[in-house]
Amino acid sequence: METSLKKASARPQEKQTTGKIVLTAVFAVISLIWMLPIAIVLMNSFKENGFVNSEVFALPNAQSYVGMSNYINGMTFGNYPFYLSAGYSVYITIVSTGLILLCTSMAAWYISRVDDLFSKAVYYLCVFSMVVPFQMVMFTLANTARELRLDTPWSIPVVYLGFGAGLAVFMFVGFVKSIPIDIEEAASIDGCGPVRTFFSVVFPMMKPTLISVGVLEIMWVWNDYLLPYLVLDQTKYKTIPIHIQYLQGSYGRVDLGATMALIILSLLPIIIFYLSCQKHIIKGVAAGAVKG
Amino acid sequence: MKKKSAPGAVTSPLIRKPIQRRFALFLLPTFLCFCAGFLWPFIQGIYLSVHSFTTTSNATWVGFVNYTKAFNDAGFRQAFGYTALVAVVSLVLINVLAFAVAYALTRGIKGSNLFRGVFFVPNLIGGIVLGYIWKTIIDSALPVSMSIQANYGFWGLIVVMCWQQVGYMMIIYIAGLQAVPEDMLEAARIDGANGWRTLWHITLPNVMPSITICTFLSLTNGFKLYDQNLVLTNGAPVRRGIGQTEMLALNIAKTFSTANQRGVAQAKAVLFFLLVTAISLIQLSATRSKEVQQ
Repeated sequence: METSLKKASARPQEKQTTGKIVLTAVFAVISLIWMLPIAIVLMNSFKENGFVNSEVFALPNAQSYVGMSNYINGMTFGNYPFYLSAGYSVYITIVSTGLILLCTSMAAWYISRVDDLFSKAVYYLCVFSMVVPFQMVMFTLANTARELRLDTPWSIPVVYLGFGAGLAVFMFVGFVKSIPIDIEEAASIDGCGPVRTFFSVVFPMMKPTLISVGVLEIMWVWNDYLLPYLVLDQTKYKTIPIHIQYLQGSYGRVDLGATMALIILSLLPIIIFYLSCQKHIIKGVAAGAVKG
Repeated sequence: MKKKSAPGAVTSPLIRKPIQRRFALFLLPTFLCFCAGFLWPFIQGIYLSVHSFTTTSNATWVGFVNYTKAFNDAGFRQAFGYTALVAVVSLVLINVLAFAVAYALTRGIKGSNLFRGVFFVPNLIGGIVLGYIWKTIIDSALPVSMSIQANYGFWGLIVVMCWQQVGYMMIIYIAGLQAVPEDMLEAARIDGANGWRTLWHITLPNVMPSITICTFLSLTNGFKLYDQNLVLTNGAPVRRGIGQTEMLALNIAKTFSTANQRGVAQAKAVLFFLLVTAISLIQLSATRSKEVQQ
């Protein structure tokens, strides 16, 4: 894919014919329509509760416009404050992703370089785990997590590492195979132990895969609903998807304007993340698909 | 150059032993978490599927009764049919749209990169939030809620899936389209082939690997769909005790929530796992055979 992208950009700038200009115009319109759902939610997040329900598609007017009050109320309304859910989401996403990146890259290096029967067994189990749907383990995983006290936001990253190890190990092993072993041998001859060889030689070389896996894990953990829903104690801990689903469950009694504001707030980190590293995200997500 | 052992790992005696001695640091943490987060729950899941239980400690052996019950459950059968329908319809629509967009956006038109970026955005949004955005919009645009009219619920779900996945599949198709050899396209042009003929005889055969990947990806996505289904209709409307828009994953999750049905739920989950694995295996062999041809 890397080479094909380069080739495409190296192609001479083709002439803009009338057909192409029409096509650009058509896609400009489609792109606007494509973003319409988000725009509608954004628009409604500035409207007073009653107006969100009765006239979703109307622009805010002098009567319905409430400024930022939905955002301010949204933070605390309901039985559970949104900022707490957002905090747990951020914490769980960052720690889980960090833990997965560190542990699975080390495991993948061990698996490729030691290559004994046990490593091979672990590798194939990891590959196998990638096809198993979550429903297969939903009940037993929630039970195991509870028994092992992994049911708090502080310990749930361990569950994410366990259930998400498959894809990460698979992608890292694929990459380690392409690293010339001579470099590691040279480090070893120069007196580096395995720990130093890994952290000062191998780990920096893994950067492209670290980014790809990191993007995939961030997207997964941030958006995940069922796993934290089953594992965490709902009364004490919520994440953003759980919070949103909990609000929608109490439909009718809920402040819709504030809910729209919360939707926008939950989209904001993703949009910022996307705008700041669009290229890496698209590459990472595509890598996960093509290899999986 | 060093000999590379083909599919297996590359190793060297010089570094192998020292790494092996650090087993507890390198492999053990991941392995233990993998056992707790996947392996043990998986094995226990298979074990419990032939038992009757409400918690894991009071399981009694019942043989294949749970599986018989699962097969005889009208709701489960309905969910299977509905899931297959959703998966196939969404597969066709997503892939046709994604290919069309990818094809148009590789013609060298102005703003291609911006358009690609826009199409990809919905893919970043999680199923719950995504479903909630669309539920708000669709339920306001239609005369009755999706939870009342089953076919509104069906098409609503299809729209949501398309919106989410077209941008994703588009990225894979664009990579495939850009890898089509320029000289083949050039040759077709010189031979006087028009746009459609070139697309049909040169481009399509060359992007077959991308088509295989995207087809199976959207198929498994369809079969595993849960979040969007939960938010949009939660299986409603219910007729004679059967959720008309309930998909397999949701059906299994709902069965688990009834305490005396957990054995049946686990049997359903095993069947679901076998189904998804079968699709993945077919995909693998299809991808492999395509690679041989190339």
